[in-house]
Amino acid sequence: MTNYLDFERPLAEIEGKAEELRAMARQNAEMDIEAEAAALDKKAADLLVSLYKDLTPWRKCQVARHPDRPHCKDYIEALFTEYTPLAGDRNFADDHAVMGGLARFNDTPVMVIGHEKGNDTKSRIERNFGMARPEGYRKAIRLMDMAHRFGLPVITLVDTPGAYPGKGAEERGQSEAIARSTEKCLQVGVPLVSVIIGEGGSGGAVAFATANRVAMLEHSVYSVISPEGCASILWKDAEKMREAAEALRLTAQDLRKLGVADRVIPEPVGGAHRDKQKTIKAVGETIAAMLAELSDLKGKKLIEDRRKKYIEMGRKGLAA
Amino acid sequence: MNWITNYVRPRINSIFSRREVPENLWTKCDDCGTMLFHRELSDNQNVCTSCGHHMSITPRARFKALFDGGIFSEVAVPEPMADPLQFRDQKKYPERMKAAQKSTGERDAMLVATGEIGRTPIVAAAQDFSFMGGSMGMYVGNAIIAAAEEAVKLKRPLVLFSAAGGARMQEGILSLMQMPRSTVAIQMLKEAGLPYIVVLTHPTTGGVTASYAMLGDVQIAEPGALICFAGPRVIEQTIREKLPEGFQRAEYLLDHGMLDRVTPRTKLREELITIIRMLTGQTPAVWGDLPAPEAAAATPTSAT
Ligand SMILES: [Zn+2]
Repeated sequence: MTNYLDFERPLAEIEGKAEELRAMARQNAEMDIEAEAAALDKKAADLLVSLYKDLTPWRKCQVARHPDRPHCKDYIEALFTEYTPLAGDRNFADDHAVMGGLARFNDTPVMVIGHEKGNDTKSRIERNFGMARPEGYRKAIRLMDMAHRFGLPVITLVDTPGAYPGKGAEERGQSEAIARSTEKCLQVGVPLVSVIIGEGGSGGAVAFATANRVAMLEHSVYSVISPEGCASILWKDAEKMREAAEALRLTAQDLRKLGVADRVIPEPVGGAHRDKQKTIKAVGETIAAMLAELSDLKGKKLIEDRRKKYIEMGRKGLAA
Repeated sequence: MNWITNYVRPRINSIFSRREVPENLWTKCDDCGTMLFHRELSDNQNVCTSCGHHMSITPRARFKALFDGGIFSEVAVPEPMADPLQFRDQKKYPERMKAAQKSTGERDAMLVATGEIGRTPIVAAAQDFSFMGGSMGMYVGNAIIAAAEEAVKLKRPLVLFSAAGGARMQEGILSLMQMPRSTVAIQMLKEAGLPYIVVLTHPTTGGVTASYAMLGDVQIAEPGALICFAGPRVIEQTIREKLPEGFQRAEYLLDHGMLDRVTPRTKLREELITIIRMLTGQTPAVWGDLPAPEAAAATPTSAT
């Protein structure tokens, strides 16, 4: 069953009709509906192309949050071998919103870390909808440290609505955990590449995405605040999220212009969830390309590359 | 320390018109409701003389009380690109900026200065909550980088007073990028072996708390300061329960191991001097009214 987004309603109607026709034909062998159904298919395909050709920033947010979108776990399973999860922050708990561990990427040992949102009610709750608690960042810090000591490249996959606004998370110092994780990203003497695969939600994303190279999927977003949050503060009306999404410039395309994203990875027509395999393959190729770009840099040079990138970031605005 | 009126402040200090407040005004304490004579309140660094409640203080007023003889020189902050996203909500961002500049007399939400405290040379940076909620954008990032560079150049510790509602939304992702940017600045300091002391003041929230404000060698907070990443209202909406009394306040964070100390504003200067002199291997401070730095330089060593 397809999960349609609100702006895909006309598409849902056409695809629904085609489905209905075919169901009727299965009941009644004499009916010849194939021509009609094929015409509907064609109409749906055309509509999908036109809907996704020029997605508004708010629609991109919706696509980035699509429940069927490939998540961290899907990428790890498809792109890495010998994935060996490493758990815990050695202090309080293991945070299931953050996956991480040793793995091989194209046979090379690496450390992979990412936010996982879950794909059904049970796993979503277990993963806290991809919202890390302090333990998640502290686990990531521990793994990045290990990667640094053993010379393993770090690959991060970012997909989080943001840090978890909970009582315990605050009590256990999530500000400090995020700050230290960002700091650790800037300290590791190994290549650090990051892909925003869905939502890059504020500090929770920065804590993993402060990288030598950052790629974003075509319909992923990366923002200082959610459009709803921004709308409720600046417009005093959370329903103004469309305007806020527009103003925040949170799309991969705008972030590429601002120099925050180094690459934009094209998605299949209709979004990553309509062809997961193709999307995952494209992400894998981009990770390989980003690591290859860094292959001449070693140790301190990688740290310098990262620092220089962030110190210089934002010198040019959108106009440039 | 009345002799200060005899000295001319460094020129750069007076580029912006200071907020002039008529001296016959009374201010009501937000906490205990006592009417406080304005002069009395400002002499006490905006701390209520009746209940000890800490009201907000501008960077300039803070520096005047902090530095020896009220003398400091501003460190120039590179001007960032104005309105990089061409942001507009109900108002255009440049209009909001102009209004904030007019009402505060400041360029943006952070002031950086060098000077001495108890004859101890430091670089200080203070965030201005009255300027768009102290929010962190490109300018604040540039200010922190400038402060760190100055500290490294002069081999001085950096004392940073944080106060912010968080990131400046009108600069979108570029405000978020000040988290890694400011972190790089702090790393430059640490690698140079220089102390970095953070004084968290009310309120310090969001991306500011989750970057440079939590990376100090020593973390001090003013009493009652709200310090958090997610604000109490957002948390109450998420978990749908009432938060305990004092949640996310300085004293609460101290109890939970997130701070070294909670120190009243009126005791801060002394404490900073003591800590910095130990961290930098200097002799104990000489307390009491010292002659102004220029005067001391002119007369041969006899006072110390
Ligand atoms: Zn009072």
